[in-house]
Amino acid sequence: MDTPVQTQVQTVYSRPKSLSRTPTHYCPGCTHGIAHRLIAEVLDEMDIREKTVAVAPVGCAVFAYNYFTFDWVEAAHGRAPAMATGIKRVLPDRFVFTYQGDGDLASIGMSEIMHVAARGENITVIFINNAIYGMTGGQMAPTTLPGQKTTTSPNGRDVETMGYPLHMSEVLSRWDGAGYIVRRSLHDPKNIRMAKKAIRTAFEAQKRGLGFSMVELLSTCNTNWGMTVQESLKWLEERMIPVYPIQDFKVSSGLDGFKA
Amino acid sequence: MAKEFLEGNFAMAEAAVRAGVEAYFGYPITPQTELLEWMSHRMPELNRVFLQAESEVAAINMVYGAACTGARVMTSSSSPGVSLMMEGLSYIAGTEVPMVLIDVVRGGPGLGNIAPSQGDYNQLVHGGGHGDYHPIVLAPASVQEAIDLTVLAFDLAAKYRNICMLMADGSIGQMMEPAELPEMRPLRSTTPDWATDGCKDREQRILTSILIDPTLEEIYNHKILDTWYRIQANEIRYKEYYLDDAEYVVIGFGTAGRIALTAVRNARAEGIKVGLFRPISLSPFPAQQIEELAKTSQGILVTEMNTGQMLDDVRSAVKGKVPIEFYARVGGIVPYPDEILGEIRRLAQEPKSADGDPRQRWMQRLKDGVITLS
Repeated sequence: MDTPVQTQVQTVYSRPKSLSRTPTHYCPGCTHGIAHRLIAEVLDEMDIREKTVAVAPVGCAVFAYNYFTFDWVEAAHGRAPAMATGIKRVLPDRFVFTYQGDGDLASIGMSEIMHVAARGENITVIFINNAIYGMTGGQMAPTTLPGQKTTTSPNGRDVETMGYPLHMSEVLSRWDGAGYIVRRSLHDPKNIRMAKKAIRTAFEAQKRGLGFSMVELLSTCNTNWGMTVQESLKWLEERMIPVYPIQDFKVSSGLDGFKA
Repeated sequence: MAKEFLEGNFAMAEAAVRAGVEAYFGYPITPQTELLEWMSHRMPELNRVFLQAESEVAAINMVYGAACTGARVMTSSSSPGVSLMMEGLSYIAGTEVPMVLIDVVRGGPGLGNIAPSQGDYNQLVHGGGHGDYHPIVLAPASVQEAIDLTVLAFDLAAKYRNICMLMADGSIGQMMEPAELPEMRPLRSTTPDWATDGCKDREQRILTSILIDPTLEEIYNHKILDTWYRIQANEIRYKEYYLDDAEYVVIGFGTAGRIALTAVRNARAEGIKVGLFRPISLSPFPAQQIEELAKTSQGILVTEMNTGQMLDDVRSAVKGKVPIEFYARVGGIVPYPDEILGEIRRLAQEPKSADGDPRQRWMQRLKDGVITLS
């Protein structure tokens, strides 16, 4: 007898409904694309795409709204948390998140991020930390590592004159309004899986009304770091993680028993 | 509704409530703080949104976010706070979302003081934020007018998807006088077809002020200019007093215009044929009406509580057809009717010329001691 032909095909990987078909403008090797996909997968799995309004930043992700299929607004530089507050207060049953880089969130938007966390605003922040200004071409960021060379710290960040890197997850997790704050990384498959679980948990915190939630994602910028993609992934692992440890900084007891 | 004895700031706040404001975001600053305080208890009482922001920068961006959902939203502040809002206002103009801002203007520049002023005319009327855009600016001269214009502001903002501001000098915010509040309107029951409120059963919507392709930005600039021309055609507002047979015209807005009315009445009692033209919409500016007045009068006196910011717009409308003189109190000082009466007499009695700079002549009279400040 002939061996029966296998006809059943199972889809194991496809484009999430929340992700649009538009090709991104990000540099090859950049981890923004991974972060975008993880968010889209989470919104699909929670079936909240039609109930979500997101806030884009100023920075490389300024056009993030082109790469998703739900509603977006575009904030002024650093003001995304204030804009998200306005949306969430008027529409408390919608899911509202901001997507911000380190210059947007930790430099020009320091006041807005501090107060949105302190208020326990029931929104989610996806914080992309790649230790540099990407869109403007590689200037020193508030999260630039000591000694790291950028176009505005050409001899390396001298902490004596340029100050020290900011640890936003550590700081924000101290506020009573914070419900869920963790740091994850996008440099390898294991960490990417952990990052997705964290994003899922952050949106769960918002769903449960646990206050401010944030996932800091350590990310690469091979273009402005002046590295190959492989080198940048290695640099993130070896140089960034010792300064920015992968850690849970605040997990509300309201998430007890929840498993992403 | 019966007349009540109302303070301007409370009255504007309650008028906004009755006009259907759904969300208020603000920050304390004198002399507008009572407006914020009123909202802090009134809005939650009605299950509407009130939030004291961490700064005026945050407040205007909260307004921006809330406005993107299609809600009727507002903020209020005073001059230095409004300076901080200019960034957000430009973004709001670049996105065409409606909102209302009440500026209770105080003395400046800088920290200045907390006394009444009209020093924000240029900041409000001629933009303030970056890029090309035109807000609607309305200037009340009484508590009643502040109430009526607050209600109108929400309607105009929604009608044109435009920023609508009230420029209330500090005295309008702080003074009490009898006024009538409107009936409570029902809240908005529909959502505009551009609002970003979640894409249930529809395509994605994006509200953004970025148009990275200059050809698209050029088209957008043309589009909002077209909107502006519609506003100019339909929304010019002003009041005329004793102008029918007037040989001389005083032009002033807000508190300065109100005080000028007393001076005009006193001058009429002396037999001087003078009238008052009080612009209510500062933007759009009633330039055409002023040009017409220039044709029929022998002289114009502009009076303001700033160093002649509206004067420039009046001169542009008059085009040198008739002599203009200028009189102002600045830095937070409100003029007395007699000061303006003295200027009306001077205008009617002394030789005048359409040449030269009225502002410089005013300064020269101050330096020469012709004018003594009381």
